Amino acid sequence: MGALTAFFKSLFLKELFQGLAVTGRHLFVRKITVQFPEEKTPQSNRFRGLHALRRYPNGEERCIACKLCEAVCPAMAITIESAEREDATRRTTRYDIDLIKCIYCGFCEEACPVDAIVMTRIFEYHGEKPGDLYYTKQMLLAVGDKNEVQIAKDRAQDAPYR
Amino acid sequence: MAEIQNYTLNFGPQHPAAHGVLRLVLELDGEMVVRADPHIGLLHRATEKLAEQKTWLQSVPYLDRLDYTSMLINEHPYVMAIERLLGIEVPLRAQYIRVLFDEITRIHNHLLSIGTQALDVGAMTMVLYTFREREDIVDMMEATTGARMHGAYYRPGGVYRDLPGQMPRYEVNKFKNAKTVKALNEARSGSLLDFIEDFSNRFPGYCDDYETLLTDNRIWKQRLVDIGIVSKERALQRGFTGPMLRGSGVEWDLRKKQPYEVYDRLDFDIPVGVNGDCYDRYLVRMEEMRQANRIIKQCVAWLRDNPGPVIVDNHKVAPPSREKMKGNMEELIHHFKLFTEGIHVPSGEVYAGIEHAKGEFGVYLISDGANKPYRMKLRSAAFTHLSAMDEMSKGHMIADAVTIIGTMDIVFGDVDR
Repeated sequence: MGALTAFFKSLFLKELFQGLAVTGRHLFVRKITVQFPEEKTPQSNRFRGLHALRRYPNGEERCIACKLCEAVCPAMAITIESAEREDATRRTTRYDIDLIKCIYCGFCEEACPVDAIVMTRIFEYHGEKPGDLYYTKQMLLAVGDKNEVQIAKDRAQDAPYR
Repeated sequence: MAEIQNYTLNFGPQHPAAHGVLRLVLELDGEMVVRADPHIGLLHRATEKLAEQKTWLQSVPYLDRLDYTSMLINEHPYVMAIERLLGIEVPLRAQYIRVLFDEITRIHNHLLSIGTQALDVGAMTMVLYTFREREDIVDMMEATTGARMHGAYYRPGGVYRDLPGQMPRYEVNKFKNAKTVKALNEARSGSLLDFIEDFSNRFPGYCDDYETLLTDNRIWKQRLVDIGIVSKERALQRGFTGPMLRGSGVEWDLRKKQPYEVYDRLDFDIPVGVNGDCYDRYLVRMEEMRQANRIIKQCVAWLRDNPGPVIVDNHKVAPPSREKMKGNMEELIHHFKLFTEGIHVPSGEVYAGIEHAKGEFGVYLISDGANKPYRMKLRSAAFTHLSAMDEMSKGHMIADAVTIIGTMDIVFGDVDR
């Protein structure tokens, strides 16, 4: 009996039709396709994308040139130079991140004691020629200024976990 | 009369079925493989040597990048080895979180492995289905670690931060109306644990779908049954681990034999094969996914009931919370010391091995008491498995070489390191 049923199952391509039924069923289920540039998949508030330098609400830059991020960066992507400013506070004169070296581990953000360097949700940036992905202090501050609302919201949401 | 010579064929390193940058020099007699010679090293990044110049913490994200299809599980033996050298006890909740993500990663790895193996063999649709579930898994990882793949989440002494209380959600746009978005967000309305639980309830159904597509399929069986047979004895002699060894019928799993973290508290079974061919290894991987799903359910249930710290309270090892760091001079000093100098690990040597998705993944560390390892040696399963390529593919057709590469589940980040 077993051999006979196996023979008929094989003859009538039972398992192939079962497989086709699975694919057939999927023709009618809800599509999960995301039309990328126009719509995006949900993104976590912990997302680690492009870096940004933040400012205090009064416009003063947060970074105090403690160089913790430079020290902890595993890829040595951050270069900082600092000097005393006219008002006798220490600030960076140079804050560069080589995005090609960066491995997006998030240690810089973790290390920063004043929440100055953060990783934003931006992931669709690009460079068109060599050197375009070498971000200087001005570029990083600009990213921060543009996205400050979102950055502050994400940090506030995640604060209880850190 | 001219002597007839075997034909030598270069398979890869750019071949889509070579799973990365494998260059395989195949000596063929007609269509039959006489000798297979894997040339490796095209993805060598000197991770072991790089670790000697980095503090203990800084190497963690590099471990992710070894086997880039099972990311978080790679960090596990490294942090475990450091913890053993330091002699610290990890909070129970951190252990459960690690086990949870190890098993999520295991499913992630097997989904990719089976999907791409089926793709190589010719079953195009499989990979579409497995990648759909993989998307849920990378969403879990992104919600927790902040990155879809390279998490850098495990730390010596625990994990970086607790599981998030909410999942990111879909938003209404011109392609999806409020009703569709509401349906999509149904599983995402609660915390991450709710999302994982929902996934673990759905997942056995998906596994049934995969099995309907593949397990009895005659083409799949023709391509896999009796291909690349490794006997029990040879598997042990070659140093196989993981599904490769269990496929040959050896019941060996570090999670059971040398339980680490909380595996001794969890209920799961180890599947073993009978014949040691590609088909048995496929069945073992399939069952391992179901077992991993069981473990995930148990972890989720425990994590729900037991809130608590996720990293040790010893600030010589793990940084203090940001709030404490900003309000307390002592903690600020700890913070600065940890992120510049890093931790000092007592001198000694230690080996920590775990049951990786692909086999035994081990880290051997020698410390001389400095803030950097003196030497780090990585033991990856895929390297050992790839060395059996010649033995496994000898006498098979050239198309079977592809099946065998697929069944070995090799990833070149892991082989070349």
